[in-house]
Amino acid sequence: MFKETILKEIDDIKARYPDPKSALLPTLYIAQREFGWLSHEAMHVVAQSLNLPEAMVRGTASFYTMFKHKPMGRHLIQLCTNVSCMILGAERLVDFLKNRYSLEPNITTTDRRFSLVIMECIGACDRGPAMLVNTDFHDSLTEERIEEILEKYK
Amino acid sequence: MCHSRKSGNPEKRNWIPHQVRNDRQKIIMEKILLKNIENPDSADINEYINVGGYKNLSKAFEYQPKDVIEEVKKSGLRGRGGAGFPTGMKWSFADADPKFPKYLVCNADEGEPGTFKDRPILEKNPHLLIEGLIISGYAIRAEYGYIYLRGEYPYAKEVLNRAIRQAYEKNYLGDNVLGKNIKFHLAVYQGAGAYICGEETALIESLEGKKGQPRIKPPFPVNVGAWGMPTIVNNVETLSNVPYIIEAGAVAYSQIGSKDCPGPKLYCISGCVEKPGVYELPMGISLRNIIYTHAGGIKDGKKLKAVIPGGISTSVLPADKIDCPMDFVSMPKHGSMLGSGAVIVMDESVCMVKVTYRALKFFEHESCGKCVPCREGTEWLRKILERIEQGMGREGDIELLSDVSETISGRTFCPLGDGAAGVVIGMLKHFRHEFEEHIKNAKCIFS
Repeated sequence: MFKETILKEIDDIKARYPDPKSALLPTLYIAQREFGWLSHEAMHVVAQSLNLPEAMVRGTASFYTMFKHKPMGRHLIQLCTNVSCMILGAERLVDFLKNRYSLEPNITTTDRRFSLVIMECIGACDRGPAMLVNTDFHDSLTEERIEEILEKYK
Repeated sequence: MCHSRKSGNPEKRNWIPHQVRNDRQKIIMEKILLKNIENPDSADINEYINVGGYKNLSKAFEYQPKDVIEEVKKSGLRGRGGAGFPTGMKWSFADADPKFPKYLVCNADEGEPGTFKDRPILEKNPHLLIEGLIISGYAIRAEYGYIYLRGEYPYAKEVLNRAIRQAYEKNYLGDNVLGKNIKFHLAVYQGAGAYICGEETALIESLEGKKGQPRIKPPFPVNVGAWGMPTIVNNVETLSNVPYIIEAGAVAYSQIGSKDCPGPKLYCISGCVEKPGVYELPMGISLRNIIYTHAGGIKDGKKLKAVIPGGISTSVLPADKIDCPMDFVSMPKHGSMLGSGAVIVMDESVCMVKVTYRALKFFEHESCGKCVPCREGTEWLRKILERIEQGMGREGDIELLSDVSETISGRTFCPLGDGAAGVVIGMLKHFRHEFEEHIKNAKCIFS
């Protein structure tokens, strides 16, 4: 079960909606924050804390790409390769990450430093190619720039 | 020359052309939606109040809720999310439903690839949106509002949460807004990376804690929306227009931009242009003007090949078809749609087969799986496009692409399937030769 402070946080969220089921997405985010990813145990805890069937919790959690169903590296790289970023060379960056860090989409590096997820537009099209590292936006990426940026994430 | 008309408030607003006559004329428009965003503290409530913020809220409270709806109806404001439905009319449908409570939901799930127009409002002018939400909530007599924010905007979430806290502290939100015995509460709901949740019924499902799969319509959300109650879902940019309509009045507002689609519009330009970015311009400005005058033309002196004018779900236009007014009424007559106003510019070096393939990879990934034509059709289209792009295209593949696309069109629960099919149909219409050459030469002719 979650600790008291987190249960209180979930109660506050529930109070914002006429039906406490709405707290499911926010609570999945909390579970991901606390456990790092959504294991079966984590989803069990979510189901218990909201008094929802586990099938519903798993069904909802599996629908959304930002909920992680396996452990992630210390830093999550979310790189956009959609059309605007593709035109500006995002594919070269995918190759670069593979060659430089042995990092491929949906894979975590063996030292658990990075995980890579290919994104479908992160709304930074005017300064593409763009990526999110954890919650930080980085844009106008080139091979050199991406290497320089990733140096900061140990 | 620009043909300007006097607005209802000429000393302040004499800058608006009703129709842009000269296609190279630079339009300098006083900013309404992006006002004050050069100020590094523009997201702070005091800075917003300093430039006249929240004054329109007090003004709106002097009207009856029905009169606010009438004013918005008269202004001609259309929804900026992509469909262009008249906002005032949508509101009046929810208002006419006798059920209470009613809910107001702001669609901030900006996911249409190429679109980044709501982001500056969310990150730099959040109080404009909040003021718009409170006025709109008052108009439709909703006491609770929710901002459904895409998960990919973590910074916007922080900014919005701080702005909402500040608005509570100043009594613009709460049980007794401005001491007028009006209740309005607001919270941010964070999506989790599903494009389909930009569709209003899928968004409502998601807000209820479920998978974001669209509902069949009717009933429409204005009658049976969130938690079974009348619900208005409006885009960020739409709601951000509301304070100005109250300030200037419907008549003055309707003088801005196109006659059938008035108001300011945020156009976001990306791809092969010199100055990509978000531009606030009068609705109905031509695509050529946006690209060449405001966005500085094609990068590195290259030639324009094609433009996707309204986000990836809208049909591509070739270079000789860009003299079209960018508004909801004109664009369909020119073979595409305004969509979200996300202009993706492609020069002569861009491979149209590759763009189509990438677009379909996106639609396949984002198809929610609820209905067969979309779920199976997007995968099938992607597979055919993949083999054509990789030099393994077969004779008959182009006909097959057309056939599958036509079969998806009009047979899906929501517009995602239509969008995917429309992309392929549009590309084949204007750039069929590129597909043919890929198949004939058994390789990508651009790589």
